[in-house]
Amino acid sequence: MSFINYAAREINVKIVFYGPGLGGKTTNLQYIYEKSNPQQKGKLISLATETDRTLFFDFLPLDLGSVRGFKTRFHLYTVPGQVFYDASRKLILKGVDGVVFVSDSQEARMDANIESLRNLEDNLAENGFDLKAIPYVLQFNKRDLPTAVPVDQMYRALNFKGEPTFEAIAVQGMGVFETLKAVAKQVLYELRRR
Amino acid sequence: MNPSMVMYEEEFERITQLLNRLRIDASAKIVFLVDKNGQQIAGAGEIDQVDTTSLASLTAGNVAATDGLAKLIGEKEFSILFHEGRKDNIHISIVGQRLILVVIFDERSSLGLVRLRVRKTSSDIERVLTDIELKAQEVGAEDAESPFAEITDEDIDALFSE
Repeated sequence: MSFINYAAREINVKIVFYGPGLGGKTTNLQYIYEKSNPQQKGKLISLATETDRTLFFDFLPLDLGSVRGFKTRFHLYTVPGQVFYDASRKLILKGVDGVVFVSDSQEARMDANIESLRNLEDNLAENGFDLKAIPYVLQFNKRDLPTAVPVDQMYRALNFKGEPTFEAIAVQGMGVFETLKAVAKQVLYELRRR
Repeated sequence: MNPSMVMYEEEFERITQLLNRLRIDASAKIVFLVDKNGQQIAGAGEIDQVDTTSLASLTAGNVAATDGLAKLIGEKEFSILFHEGRKDNIHISIVGQRLILVVIFDERSSLGLVRLRVRKTSSDIERVLTDIELKAQEVGAEDAESPFAEITDEDIDALFSE
């Protein structure tokens, strides 16, 4: 749920990076954090376990600039990917404006991708959202790995409404900003439509 | 299905005044209003001393997790959370089901005083919230004039031109 503040002339929107565990959601945020101008970004918060697995969420506030005199503030969140953190995942989707699904290209993770996508659909529905209607972008991460499944095969398995889809190598930054830009655009278009 | 929350100048002023009053009455350091999705709404006191954006998102996460805990044990909600530190304490309470009121205070105040003052302010804020909703309905009925209704593809592209 976006929040429009006429007094401060700013609009806040919430974007959630979803996907299976160890798929690179946090890495996406870290890259965005590293490459953004200091005046554009806030602090990157990671609520992680001692072994750096996301426990609750990562959070990164980002100012993308002004549209028609309104500051656009994007709040980027990741969810914990591991299956047993489902209760936390559900909470983070509350009030979401747009979703990025970060899939893992490795052959061995295809089942996990599909399970996570179904889980996204269920958890969105529980929060009153429809995956088919919400601003949504798909990312095929880890394209550099030798076990990566061919793109067209991944597309057939994971893309279900012709959503914008990007190949990425998040650790190197490839595809990261393209993905962010695509989801941010969809969210802004959605705001215009309402 | 996914309504935006809209805050107008007038209500923003009223809320800021209420928070300022609460800060003085409760002898608090910081008073802060956040929505349940983690977006900051208004604040009063030494807010330049803290990272308010992080404060907002962590507070919302905290409340969301506590809500989850409540449901698990069959409670509707825990309407108040209190964190006691060595110097500073945080008092968190739910206002009108969708907002979170955060009060940060030290030894110059007390939990009892904060609770008392928060109760009063909460009902005042709820009244403002009701007004905002009424206003949104009126505006919505005429024609929703979103600042984004008129933006063009070029405007959006310009954001990403770098």
